[in-house]
Amino acid sequence: MNAGATLASVAAPAVAPVIALVGNPNCGKTALFNALTGSRQKVANYPGVTVEKKVGRLTTPARRVLQIVDLPGTYSLRARSPDEEITRDVVLGRLKSDVNPDLIVCVGDASNLRLALRLALELKRVGRPVMLSLNMMDIARKRGVEIDLERLSRELGVPVVQSVAVRRGGTDALLGEIDRLLEDLPLAKVADWHAPDAGELRGAQREADRVLRAAVKSSGERDRGTAAVDAVLLHPVAGLVVLLALLFVMFQAVFAWARPLMDLIQEGFAWLGTMVGASPLPDLLKSFFKDGLISGVGSVIVFLPQIVILFFFILVLEDLGYMARAAFLMDRIMGGAGLHGRAFIPLLSSFACAIPGIMSTRVIDDRRDRLTTILVAPLMTCSARIPVYTLIIGAFIPDREVWGFVGLQGLVMFGLYATGIAGALAVSFVIKRVFWHGVPGEPFMLELPDYKLPRVKSLAIGLWTRATIFLKRAGTTIASMMVLIWFLASFPRPPEGATEPAISYSLAAMIGSLLQPLTEPLGFNWQINVALIPGMAAREVAVGALGTIYAIDGGEGAADKIGQAIAGQWSLATALALLAWYVFAPQCASTLAVIRRETGSWKWMWVTFAYMLVLAYAAALATNQIARALGA
Amino acid sequence: MTAKPTIALGDARVGFRGRIHELAVDRAGTGLPGPELERRLIELGFVEGADVELLHQGLFGGDPIAVRVAHTTIALRRREAMAILVTAVPPS
Repeated sequence: MNAGATLASVAAPAVAPVIALVGNPNCGKTALFNALTGSRQKVANYPGVTVEKKVGRLTTPARRVLQIVDLPGTYSLRARSPDEEITRDVVLGRLKSDVNPDLIVCVGDASNLRLALRLALELKRVGRPVMLSLNMMDIARKRGVEIDLERLSRELGVPVVQSVAVRRGGTDALLGEIDRLLEDLPLAKVADWHAPDAGELRGAQREADRVLRAAVKSSGERDRGTAAVDAVLLHPVAGLVVLLALLFVMFQAVFAWARPLMDLIQEGFAWLGTMVGASPLPDLLKSFFKDGLISGVGSVIVFLPQIVILFFFILVLEDLGYMARAAFLMDRIMGGAGLHGRAFIPLLSSFACAIPGIMSTRVIDDRRDRLTTILVAPLMTCSARIPVYTLIIGAFIPDREVWGFVGLQGLVMFGLYATGIAGALAVSFVIKRVFWHGVPGEPFMLELPDYKLPRVKSLAIGLWTRATIFLKRAGTTIASMMVLIWFLASFPRPPEGATEPAISYSLAAMIGSLLQPLTEPLGFNWQINVALIPGMAAREVAVGALGTIYAIDGGEGAADKIGQAIAGQWSLATALALLAWYVFAPQCASTLAVIRRETGSWKWMWVTFAYMLVLAYAAALATNQIARALGA
Repeated sequence: MTAKPTIALGDARVGFRGRIHELAVDRAGTGLPGPELERRLIELGFVEGADVELLHQGLFGGDPIAVRVAHTTIALRRREAMAILVTAVPPS
């Protein structure tokens, strides 16, 4: 699907009324947003921050075109995190240039209305038209919750409708009411909202409880299914065992399931390269397409299956309601290293890629906790390191079994992951003790929502968004870096009658030799130095770059050939030192850019860059020297 | 009405059922200023008179805890739960 064309074709007059969806976390707000707008939605960022701004369009039964804004979930307008600040500012109309809601739809989980009603009361004071939409009515009914809509509306003083986001026609009542309200919309009054103090909040919750008692009949019993499942999943021991097993399955899947698809993509790009090779183009142009563009972009797109599979797991677990449980189980363990329980999800995402990981730290309220998580996220082994690890391990570590059943190569791979995790924990421990010594930590408080089956449609939209973000990056940053490295490796051209490979006469070789004195103690040769430079664009590019440097010959079996080349030319000590370097090195310009954006300062970006560089240098130095002393 | 003895929710065991008697935020050994902690607790539904039940606890030091408060389940650390004073309610 061409997203650009779709958006252009639904672009309506600029005056389309803006409807803002506001609600507690886990109230099914995003499912409702997806049901209302389907694929006609656009995810961008609010100016200056990286909070996702989700806007979609729809046409109501009365042929009215609406803009729907899905705002980050919150319990109150008293914002504590960047996400919640956006919700507050949009609701209060403080983002002047931007979405200014004409109508606020407060979304509440019908089976869990207590906190939603307090939010609705708070929203009423903003001075804009407000209505309440009771979502997940089907689940509430099944649990024996009876809601008197008219009474609820009368007690609250706002229109109330019910919706079932996941069923066809489930949003009819909501759309009908929106149409009716927009017919005769009162002008927004001047907001008399101020951050409520404890007394006001208490008063509002009491009022909400009174409304709840008047209009809702419910046993107040826990959802039986959730209680039964939690008896296992939140059990102090069994819960942790299940969590670990889940992580194990997840990583198995990322590696095993992705394999066939990755092979297919690789073959596709190899075929493209061969086609270019057989074309009647001039040699230089052929080399540009084949060795620069095709093999470069191909070496990145090949990770798409792994990233999609990892995000599939993350999105399913999130929709299920399990992620909050994982944070609960991990809170104490991560707390020992100075990390917040909520850092678990961002760090887990960082195994796919640090960029979405760092972006998801927005769920952490406290600035210091968030900063610690951002600083250590790039140490989690992202999927871009995998091709580098695979290449070196394949070339240097014998494919045999130790202790009779464990593959040595897999063991080394596991060791590299473990080193990254240990490094992240150690760094966060140091940050907490040294930089924020004596500052007590942020409290861990989190709602554990009832379990819900994930919906295929929401899942598909989520995966689609992630995949497009990744492909855009491959198509822009990485493609341009590949062109640059190809240029560096190809010019100046070798003189007539040259005996060395062409690349030895290039700019790349000059840069590599220039860095030689610095990397000599690490055991790196100039070829590695050259490969590390484009590796700054994206780690995995180093593999393609090594290919360019050693052969300028991509195509089928390229990775195997690179492996043979380096196995013949590097010592084991050099290979191990390069692995150690890759565990820590800040080899990713995009990650650094995201850190700058998320922290809003160059300082933290440079801090990250510097500490990772120091760690990488120290680790590679130690590895090389020790390995050489041991005779490797 | 006789005054029932109160305990801090942070000291309660799994299976405890009770009712919130009072929020005493200066009792929590937390990094937040008292009024801020109080507001956050209220925002998650911890107000006087609400029924609570301690459902689960973590492996290490029995921390954090999962608490049913009215119709919602909230996870929090015992440190902050020290601010929630509760009276036991015998099972009906």
